[in-house]
Amino acid sequence: MSDTIRVLIAKPGLDGHDRGAKVVARALRDAGMEVIYTGLRQTPTMVAEAALQEDVDVVGLSILSGAHMALVPRIIDELRQRGLADLPVFLGGIIPRDDIAALRALGIAAVFGPGTTSQSIISYIRTAVQGDSA
Amino acid sequence: MTQSARRHPDGAALAASALAGDRRATARLLTLIENGDPQGQIALAKLYSYTGQAHVVGFTGSTGAGKSTLVNAVAREFRERGPALAIVAVDPTSPYSGGALLGDRVRMRDLSDDPGVFIRSMASRGHPGGVAHATRDVITVLDALGVPVVLVETVGAGQAQVEVTRVAHTVVLVEAPGMGDEVQALKAGLMEIADIVVVNKADRPEARQTLQAIRSARLVGRFAERERTGGTTTENGSSSAHWSVPVLEASALERTGISDLIDAIVAHRMYLTSSGLWETVRADHARADVEAWLDRKLRTLAHERLGEARVAVAIDAVLKRDRDPAAAAQDLVAELVSLLGGRAAAAGVEQVRGDLHRPDRDEV
Repeated sequence: MSDTIRVLIAKPGLDGHDRGAKVVARALRDAGMEVIYTGLRQTPTMVAEAALQEDVDVVGLSILSGAHMALVPRIIDELRQRGLADLPVFLGGIIPRDDIAALRALGIAAVFGPGTTSQSIISYIRTAVQGDSA
Repeated sequence: MTQSARRHPDGAALAASALAGDRRATARLLTLIENGDPQGQIALAKLYSYTGQAHVVGFTGSTGAGKSTLVNAVAREFRERGPALAIVAVDPTSPYSGGALLGDRVRMRDLSDDPGVFIRSMASRGHPGGVAHATRDVITVLDALGVPVVLVETVGAGQAQVEVTRVAHTVVLVEAPGMGDEVQALKAGLMEIADIVVVNKADRPEARQTLQAIRSARLVGRFAERERTGGTTTENGSSSAHWSVPVLEASALERTGISDLIDAIVAHRMYLTSSGLWETVRADHARADVEAWLDRKLRTLAHERLGEARVAVAIDAVLKRDRDPAAAAQDLVAELVSLLGGRAAAAGVEQVRGDLHRPDRDEV
């Protein structure tokens, strides 16, 4: 059965730059996915609750505030508390290269910086979800 | 719930977990149901006997009227009065990519960390009428879990997207100021199905005018409308005629008028119960549900039994103008009947009944 892929696109934290998140949401929609878009200023609890209630296959976070090292561990922890530790989480935004290893260690499956093509995000999601349901 | 449960879902087990309060199992179940998974139907069969208590309130109206923001404000205040609540928000699926952008949560920030509120976004997945095909079944699950109030937000609706009546007991029509004159209010369709009309964005200057235009149309609500036009006469004006559709004003943004709207919703539920119309609505819903499933099951059976190639031949005949569409469909039905009739004679009627009960697979 060709189940529709459901993706949560969330913007945790306080920065108001949602252009990137919207562009990604639109691209995923055009790739045939159902995108649950939360909008700005989400707390870690909100992100995890939305992921749970919407039963998404993958979570995408957009953080441009520089607070990723503070926000990501809390979001991962909230997901874990809800039994969603296995849910693939990817991150987009302005993420210094030096932080990527630490983020991966925290459980972030992929990091997409400026210049990423929509196609590479789409491919990543398809692979991640297929791996999940194989 | 484990990861293997996600890979190999067990509808009966998920239903049991959901009933025991496992919210992740509930969410997973809703996905199976949306996807038309046979395990979802097994779960629904288990849960169905628990349903029938929830008050389902539909919010409909045109795009940009402020439905999501209003639903958010209403839900917040409902929660001050009641223990729990669910929201089912439907947004359109792209007819081209099959994808969807479900953005209702953007307006529901206030609710997203309230454990007493369960929000589920649904894509319409090609179903016309303002709700998704599976919306009814999603409500069934939430109802079975004891959620007392379910708010359903439709796709931004035009004049004739009235299918929300198929799932809701109370229909709230959300209007925005400046959307039309009195003639719009007199037109058939959305205006007729409203049990409550609310002019949102009452902070706008044109709100008064819109309010007056709609009030002057003297809406009577769908039950009285049906009696009045359908000729079902009742003895000297049945109680159903006693609901005059309230036309309220509210500003979801400034949170004014929300209390009055909730009072009207609660009053409508009491009116339904006391007038006996609650049972009428339930009967309407039961009929619509069975009819919808009958259509689906029969179509699936035709495709399965006759084969896609045979259906393609029928379409081709229509394309070449050899057959008209109704005759082509009639041919298919006749063939299906003779096919099943032959089988029934050979293998007994039970086999055919089994076929009819098989969950369909092509509706994804």
